[in-house]
Amino acid sequence: MQISEELIKKITEVVVRELNNREKNNTVAAEDDIPSLAGKERINPQKTDYSAYRKAAKGVDPKEIVIGVGAAFQREIRKTIGGIPLEDVISNVKAGIEEEGMIPRVVKILDTSDVGFMALESAKLSGSGIGIGIQSKGTTVISQKDLYPLSNLELFPQAPLMTLETYRHLGRNAAKYVKGENVTPVPSVNDPMVRPKFQVKAAIMHIAETEQLDPAMGIIEWED
Amino acid sequence: MKRSKRIEALDKRPVNLDGYINEWPEMGFIAMKSPYDPPATIRIENGKIVELDGKAREDFDFLDSFIADYAINIERAEASMAMSSLEIARMIVDIHVSRKEVLEVISGITPMKMTEVINELNVVEIMMGMQKMRARKRPGNQAHITNLKDDPVQIAADAAEGALRGFAEEETTMGVARYAPLDSIGLLIGSQCGRPGVLTQCSAEEATELELGIRGLTTYAETLSVYGTEKVFIDGDDTPYSKAFLNSAYASRGLKVRFTSGSGSEVLMGSSEKKSMLYLECRCLYVTKGAGSQGIQNGSVSCIGIAGAVPAGIREVVGENLVAALLGLECASSNDQSFSNSDMRRTARTMLEFLPGTDFIFSGYAAEPNYDNMFAGSNFDAEDFDDYNVFQRDMQVDGGLRPVKESEVIAVRNKAARAVQAVFRQLGLAEVSDEQVEAITYAHGSKDTLPRDVAADLMSAEDVMKRGITGIDIVKALADSGFTDIAESVLAMLKQRVIGDYMQTAAILDKNFRVMSGVNTPNDYMGPGTGYRVEGERWEEIKRIPHRINPMDI
Repeated sequence: MQISEELIKKITEVVVRELNNREKNNTVAAEDDIPSLAGKERINPQKTDYSAYRKAAKGVDPKEIVIGVGAAFQREIRKTIGGIPLEDVISNVKAGIEEEGMIPRVVKILDTSDVGFMALESAKLSGSGIGIGIQSKGTTVISQKDLYPLSNLELFPQAPLMTLETYRHLGRNAAKYVKGENVTPVPSVNDPMVRPKFQVKAAIMHIAETEQLDPAMGIIEWED
Repeated sequence: MKRSKRIEALDKRPVNLDGYINEWPEMGFIAMKSPYDPPATIRIENGKIVELDGKAREDFDFLDSFIADYAINIERAEASMAMSSLEIARMIVDIHVSRKEVLEVISGITPMKMTEVINELNVVEIMMGMQKMRARKRPGNQAHITNLKDDPVQIAADAAEGALRGFAEEETTMGVARYAPLDSIGLLIGSQCGRPGVLTQCSAEEATELELGIRGLTTYAETLSVYGTEKVFIDGDDTPYSKAFLNSAYASRGLKVRFTSGSGSEVLMGSSEKKSMLYLECRCLYVTKGAGSQGIQNGSVSCIGIAGAVPAGIREVVGENLVAALLGLECASSNDQSFSNSDMRRTARTMLEFLPGTDFIFSGYAAEPNYDNMFAGSNFDAEDFDDYNVFQRDMQVDGGLRPVKESEVIAVRNKAARAVQAVFRQLGLAEVSDEQVEAITYAHGSKDTLPRDVAADLMSAEDVMKRGITGIDIVKALADSGFTDIAESVLAMLKQRVIGDYMQTAAILDKNFRVMSGVNTPNDYMGPGTGYRVEGERWEEIKRIPHRINPMDI
């Protein structure tokens, strides 16, 4: 076997390529030490400044449905816990509302990250008295302005199971409540393994949302 | 890197689908002991607590004030706080020290001192403590009765089967909240059909839940949630005082109530104040005691995904169960929420309460397949019934359930479904067809049942509330349609509210409506030869699992 300079060069290339690939494919999590966050007091060092935004007004149009989104919505958080882009979430809820002839308005809620209160505050701002609260992780509630704070018309507690069709459907249902129809709620879905898989992630996302609250700003118009 | 085939196989194991996270005290991801936990202190002036766990009275939040004013025995406090946490921990485990003596010492310690005491105990010692400190002599069990369709007829059938299987309490909740009145009626009828004396409740928004209770459509309440920090309390539009008031509202109508708490909720709500989960849960339990509740459902409950994700999280969970018992509270010890993808891990977690026995080992065993469990899944479900019965038999432990015969199951399910059909007809509520009754009788879960007319059901549910239908109307409808025995049982449950004995700590009722509580049947465990022992008729019953070999067949 003749070892030429050419062959050595080729072998070297193959070895280097192989070494590079190995580094890329290294997915053994146990060998990476997960960085400790102990000592850190926030997830995002910056708090977004909303002082330039207009405060949300109370609606007067009886066809209006207010959608109240979470403090980190489309800023610090851009996808739901299940990975759906928040732009798509909001456009589907609006499409559902419009399909039934009602008018959506989107506000951002900066005084609470509790989805029950987000929905209730939205309902109170809404010309029709029906409101939808959507946390940035995707958890959603449809409420009505006269309900008890922790009651609701429809609740979608398992955010990882939400699909764009669910968001569109709940938009349609919200509109039907305005019209006073006998609404069949969106059928419940349930996956008992959502909790072990997602609860820690949910906590982190909720902390990221809550740390963006700015109670002095209250509620702002989000899609002006 | 070339992958190891063994590590690849391990990576695919169900346990690796669960979520885990490093300790992060600033955000509350810390189970037993946070560097930010306060020192355990107390100072009393003129019969009033002026300093509690490192904080002066002028700096108290409303939990501190409530605990200082209502939850600590001031006469006992200085002596108890002078003892070392280690000494108190040793008393808990020492079989020569009675439950009563431990309760007396504990009555004078602060929430932080309690946290320190639990930190001295390993899990086996915590279990030994629970075996002695549990309020009721005989352990018990509670079921979740729910389904994906919120079908009140399936609820009745599953409640009947659950009661037959031994559950002493049954709890429902809904996917669609407005189903509450119909599902409460289904649960009430079904439970009494399976075994007279089973208590029932409907987890709903608090005002609705109270109204259902006052009307006698439920016979106890559980969902009075308390939290360990002021911020989370306020977010829920509540205070310890408002919870105490709600508790009194139930008591005034003779209804059994317990509170609900559990570690991890403050973390999930983003307001843990950097404290350990155990310390925050101790604060919840002191508030519960101070509010005069007889008991608590705790053990992380619906936040088990948080407690389960941190180191020593499950030690913390059984630790907080023990704290409840140490405060003299009835403890319904969770195990009621899906917690792990791994069958081994979820079983191991339950053994910590199953082996020592608690007042209710599960505060919601899914007595339906987990896909139907509307509490988002329990740790054990209907498909685990036989496993559980075998655990009881293998270890001669009373987990509160019993093996049943298929013919009995079919009979009680059918009777319960027919009774609901008849009551709905009598009261002019939504129709239940014979085909629905038939499907539900033989069903495993809602995948086997027929659809309901949801809009019609919701109108009926509203009608129940508007017309002011009460437990007495249910009794009358049952009697008028020939279900005299169930009518008598429902009436007997309503009478319990007049008698009031079942409001005592850890009370359950036997099939003759006799109360067994921590007062008339207290736990008297003091080592081998004492306390509750699985023997006699109960042991014979546990032995009779299905699928035993008949030697004559071989």
